[in-house]
Amino acid sequence: MEITLTHYLVLSSVLFAIGLIGVMRRKNLLMLFFATEILLNATNIAFAAISHYIGDLSGQMFAFFIIAIAASEVAIGLGLLIVWYKRTGKIDLDQMNSMRG
Amino acid sequence: MFEAIAFYLFAVLTIVMFTITVMTQQALYAITAMAAGMIFISAFFFILGADFLGAIQIIVYTGAVMALYAFGMMFFDTTRNVVEKRTNTQIVFVLGVLAAVMVVAIFVAPIASNNIEALYPVDAAIGNTQAIGIVLFTKYLVPFELAAVMLLVAMIGGIVLAGKKMDKSLTLMAEEDIGSMDDSLESKAGGH
Repeated sequence: MEITLTHYLVLSSVLFAIGLIGVMRRKNLLMLFFATEILLNATNIAFAAISHYIGDLSGQMFAFFIIAIAASEVAIGLGLLIVWYKRTGKIDLDQMNSMRG
Repeated sequence: MFEAIAFYLFAVLTIVMFTITVMTQQALYAITAMAAGMIFISAFFFILGADFLGAIQIIVYTGAVMALYAFGMMFFDTTRNVVEKRTNTQIVFVLGVLAAVMVVAIFVAPIASNNIEALYPVDAAIGNTQAIGIVLFTKYLVPFELAAVMLLVAMIGGIVLAGKKMDKSLTLMAEEDIGSMDDSLESKAGGH
């Protein structure tokens, strides 16, 4: 029973689908952030697996930079979310219509 | 054999944890399940021989990102259920599966065409951490420095956004008071 690259890519796509379903069905902004973290992690698995099976370190490098981007995204996004919650008391995506979009 | 057992075990655990994260109505269940899922994902990195990446995954995601979310959730009311308007679930599921298939196609396309070769091949003589250090500080030095600047900017942005006027409750103030507070702050700082 050999675990091949296909196994990892199937797992990665399943996790990506879960994250995408979360992004589309969530209206609470905090829960939406959780779903985006799942998306980033799914691609990280694919990068690490391809890096291993091709024998190249570039995939792992890209996974590192994705982790760095995820960390800064959380810092900025959560800061904005806290300010928004302080001003309105809600973090519901449907009620963010102050720009009448 | 053991690799297969570990792969299937952690695959099932990760999928279950992330499904809980996406489907639950409780914010606390979601954050706990996601922290567990992040640790299970690091197991894949260890199986794949990317030891350093696995350690970073645990430190950054379950250490820093989850702590940040837990800190952020102190501001929100997490005890009550998250009430959300339901969207059309069929469209959501179809679009999710379609997009996932597209991602797989993007990843598989270069492999299927046999058009890929290792730019930085793994040297068996040195360990994973050492090899990553060599590649990161030679070939990827500029992106590394840019990532460092980006993290610094994110840190300052987070401090400014979340830490400013923590003693005042912006929720209980009127819109005009918030505007006048900004004005008085500006006049104090810039003098105009």
